[in-house]
Amino acid sequence: MSKSKTKAKTKTKRKSRKKKFERVDGRKADELRPVKIETGVIPNADGSAYIEMGRNKIIAGVYGPREMHPKRLSKPHRGVLRVRYHMAPFSVDPRRSPAPSRRDTEIGMVMTDALEPALFLERYPRSVIDVYVEIIQADGGTRCASVNAAAVALVDAGIPMKDLVASCAAGKMEDHIVLDLGDYEDKKGQADVPVAYMPKLEEVTLLQMDGILTTDETVEAVELAIEGCKQVYEVQREALKKKYGMDEEDTAEDAEESEESGEEPAESEEEDK
Amino acid sequence: MSAKFETRDIVVPGDLLFEGRARAGDNTYRNEGNIYATRVGLANYNKDRVSVIALEAGFIPLVGDLVIGMVTDIELGQWKVDIGAENEAILTTNDAIGKPFRSYQDMTKILDVGDTIVAKIVDLDRRRTPILSIMGRDLGKARDGFLIDITPSKIPRLIGKKGSMINMILKETRCQVTIGQNGKILISGRNRENEELVVKTIKKIEAEAHTSGLTNRIQEYLKDIKEQRK
Repeated sequence: MSKSKTKAKTKTKRKSRKKKFERVDGRKADELRPVKIETGVIPNADGSAYIEMGRNKIIAGVYGPREMHPKRLSKPHRGVLRVRYHMAPFSVDPRRSPAPSRRDTEIGMVMTDALEPALFLERYPRSVIDVYVEIIQADGGTRCASVNAAAVALVDAGIPMKDLVASCAAGKMEDHIVLDLGDYEDKKGQADVPVAYMPKLEEVTLLQMDGILTTDETVEAVELAIEGCKQVYEVQREALKKKYGMDEEDTAEDAEESEESGEEPAESEEEDK
Repeated sequence: MSAKFETRDIVVPGDLLFEGRARAGDNTYRNEGNIYATRVGLANYNKDRVSVIALEAGFIPLVGDLVIGMVTDIELGQWKVDIGAENEAILTTNDAIGKPFRSYQDMTKILDVGDTIVAKIVDLDRRRTPILSIMGRDLGKARDGFLIDITPSKIPRLIGKKGSMINMILKETRCQVTIGQNGKILISGRNRENEELVVKTIKKIEAEAHTSGLTNRIQEYLKDIKEQRK
């Protein structure tokens, strides 16, 4: 079969299916699952966040910057970010072994790489920032949801950041590019492209692909995923602001007061970068 | 050359605060000539300085800070103290008893692992490790009381304008309160009831730190509870 013929064939296929195409949960192709984020859920952590993204339920805790143990892993000129991704045994069906798997280690590493560009690690020599992510219930796209929760938890911990990191996947299902794949679409779909994105800096910090996409489809999927990230970002912002009641007038005088009290343990951050 | 927010607006990391020439103050960073926020907080525009008043921030040790910490380890001639900073602080025997270390000294008799101490930061060494001292008035081992933790960035709020808030609490409850700049607070009073009242009040202040007219509200809150007790 010649190349042009295959192309023509898939095109007609796509057209004929377009009318019938419907996602399993009745969403539009570019629609996210409902996202809910809450901050400050672990009182003993420096910062924490809880996210519900569809039926994903994930809790993230941040500790640090603190002294690193074992000490030999610390870096003399910069801090280290450590992310532990872990799925609870009951988070999936059938039950999963609680021991860390190869997949857990990999996603932990991928999340570290996704979050690191947003941090000023050079300010914390010899220290570590620990992020613990626990999947309570999994429904596809947990790595993206985990990145979202971890980013909010980092801000909640008072760790200076260049930007928030929002994350969302796009993929291919029944020859259609769709946003934010659920568990069923993840398994039955043809491809999955998780993307993490810093919306204000407009930088992609995570890009993976599982499956087969053409060049055009890849571009389309990444662009769609970035649109999804921007929607997630708005939810993250709201979650961070919600903690402070967002009463604009109330916030006014307080700030003055705290400034004048003199004793403020203010950190003077770099003047010029 | 323009401000992107009103003063006192809540901003989150990555928000563009200012376009053009200005000085980047606390909790901000400069990128390609623009100034962005690095922490969640309230935007603050001064004449030529843009800054963010942080609502969440860790403790950054500075020389002269009064801190409350816990002894975590004993080494030859020095103690390691956890003060909630990124590095553990060091307290040497010189700064603890005013004498250099002698091998016949039993260091655990001076301070043991698990002791809570009130100390002052006297120096930051070249690796930014805080050096503590407990030589001085009101410094040293804490004997009794409640120890609570609040976000270090809210300590100024607890002290209030020229100490207005904390003095009011002291007057109303007659407790002794030692405020560490690292967010740890030691409360000791004549009876447990009063101590618990102070703990409750401080937690209330922490939760409502970003609202205005707080001092008056706390005063009324304390008076209400006192009347209920009668």
